[in-house]
Amino acid sequence: MRYRDPWYDALASGWGEGDGTGALSAPVPAPRREGRAGPAGGAAAEVYLEVQRSAAFQEVRSRYRRFVVPAVAVFLVWYVAYVVAATAAPGIMARPVAGAVNVAMLAGLGQFLSTFLLAWAYARHARLRRDRAALELRWDTQELTRGVQGGAS
Amino acid sequence: MTGDHQTLALLLFSAFVAVTLGITTWVSRSRRGSAEEFYAGGRLFSPMENGFAVAGDYASAASFLGVPGLIALFGYDGVLYVVGFLVAWLVVLFLVAELVRNCGRFTLADVVAARMGERPVRIAAGTSSVTVSVLYLVAQMVGAGSLVALLLGRTGGGAQAWTVVGVGALMVIYVSLGGMRATTWIQIVKAVLMMGGTAVLTVLVLVRFHGDLDRLLLTAAERSGHGDAFLAPGLKYGGDLTARLDFVSLGLALVLGTAGLPHILSRFYTVPTARAARRSAIWSIGLIGGFYLMAIVLGFGAAAIVGPDVLRGSNAAGNTAVPLLALDLGGGADSAAGTVLFAVVAAVAFATILAVVAGITLASSASVAHDLYASLRRRGARQRSEVAVARVAAAGIGVVAIALGLLARDLNVAFLVGLAFAVAASANLPVLLYSLFWRGFTTRGAVWAVYGGLIPALVLVVLSPVVSGSPDSLFPGVDFQLFPLQNPGIVSVPLGFLAGWLGTVTSTELPDEAKHAETEVRSLTGAGAV
Repeated sequence: MRYRDPWYDALASGWGEGDGTGALSAPVPAPRREGRAGPAGGAAAEVYLEVQRSAAFQEVRSRYRRFVVPAVAVFLVWYVAYVVAATAAPGIMARPVAGAVNVAMLAGLGQFLSTFLLAWAYARHARLRRDRAALELRWDTQELTRGVQGGAS
Repeated sequence: MTGDHQTLALLLFSAFVAVTLGITTWVSRSRRGSAEEFYAGGRLFSPMENGFAVAGDYASAASFLGVPGLIALFGYDGVLYVVGFLVAWLVVLFLVAELVRNCGRFTLADVVAARMGERPVRIAAGTSSVTVSVLYLVAQMVGAGSLVALLLGRTGGGAQAWTVVGVGALMVIYVSLGGMRATTWIQIVKAVLMMGGTAVLTVLVLVRFHGDLDRLLLTAAERSGHGDAFLAPGLKYGGDLTARLDFVSLGLALVLGTAGLPHILSRFYTVPTARAARRSAIWSIGLIGGFYLMAIVLGFGAAAIVGPDVLRGSNAAGNTAVPLLALDLGGGADSAAGTVLFAVVAAVAFATILAVVAGITLASSASVAHDLYASLRRRGARQRSEVAVARVAAAGIGVVAIALGLLARDLNVAFLVGLAFAVAASANLPVLLYSLFWRGFTTRGAVWAVYGGLIPALVLVVLSPVVSGSPDSLFPGVDFQLFPLQNPGIVSVPLGFLAGWLGTVTSTELPDEAKHAETEVRSLTGAGAV
């Protein structure tokens, strides 16, 4: 089954305009009630455990982790290395490369560039590899929790 | 600086204040009342709008005036400083923005409290959020006071005090009448003004050097009197081992602190979905990165065109580098273009401060009303009253910030900002990451993580050379300095993570598998998100 993301093109500017398709009235769940208790709460907890164990969710989670864990490691190590090099080995950083440009300038620009690149790569990865599966899981999970809560919305 | 500049600058200040007050009344005309509206602006901003608002919320006067000033005086070390502010956004984008948007409603504590014993966690996270916000707010107020006094050429204490009071009054009006919607639009207007003003100045600098960046750098190095050392690290942060360690500590606080700033997190609740939150983070990375690249050009431009002697003569910390550069680029103090550019820069700086303080005031009033008051009030009070409490809290925070801003008038703004980031990284980030990613995390772990980061960070600052034991400290007469660094981050951030782990492994409470499953499923899919 495929779902359309009702928000995808609905970039309403915040002044109460819909996107003209009526998609905004798609089933949006009730706000989470704090301290939800009773049998319905227990059943909803079962739903979340069940979804968490499902292969579809495990796939979404591992795709997220497989990108984020190495990416975080890379940029944190690269940033710490940059700061430590600048404070502990300014001699190396001051080495000229071409004209007024030295190693430090290149490293600084490299930080800007790697930040832009990683941000772009993350957005692309999330859009292509995660969004659709996550959205399907979202509607499925909401259907299930709505079911166990006796149709309350 | 002659009377012309000041009159024009004042005129532009007034125009900005009039426009923002207009926005506030227009927004508050209808749609009053609901918490959704007040804290999150109805959650219908587009990613682009929110991206601009995030950039407007994040880039404070410390960025707009401080960074170019730092570069103009200390060269490459200013670049080193600014890189941390940008790289931090990868932490926000990868680990926080989408997941927090999916799990929470209005505040950071929402995310943590969804999994844990509601009350103690909410009180802890609310307390640390308010602490971070107030520290950051005081930094902005102090900056506003000295900046406006400086730009208007009124060095008297009276002008400075009245500026602080005026900024405080304005931010309370914006927030308590307009809520998130007015705050967001003010930040968008400010971000557009700031990006526009910076871009114009950057183009003028590049035109002056015929697009030859190499010559710009060489001229800056030559005029600085430091030669090649100006283009390499070490002029500001390169002193003895303590000074170098202090910078590493600051860098760590900057990179990890952004993801724990309450006013940045609450911005992601103003868009409809996690996907929109991601796209707004991408927009803001582009805008902030572009802005900092231009700020670097302006910094070297100020060193090359205005020269460090003039800059130091005007303001020892270099905070007037951008306005003086604008004056020069326009054709000097007597030219009409110079006057206009100077006034525009001054007005943008003023707008910057107003937009940032409004964002922080809103986030901290949300923490007071939604976390602290909601946990401490009697059961069964109506939802309506929470927004009323938040409006009153905004006024209360305004009064506190004005009072502290007047008291802390002589503290260094950059230090206060670094401190706010360090507290955010130590107290807010560990608990947030643990609750999102650690299956075995418990209530006690959450409470310990918050206080285990917050208390060491604050205590280390009290014991640092900033407060006592050196000629520049807050109380130069006494000496109870025990901790050598100005920024506590390198110690307090690991302590926050350690305390959270320790609290979890020593607690008798079994981690709730179902709650963890719920957090994980909700954070990654958006199921049940409001």
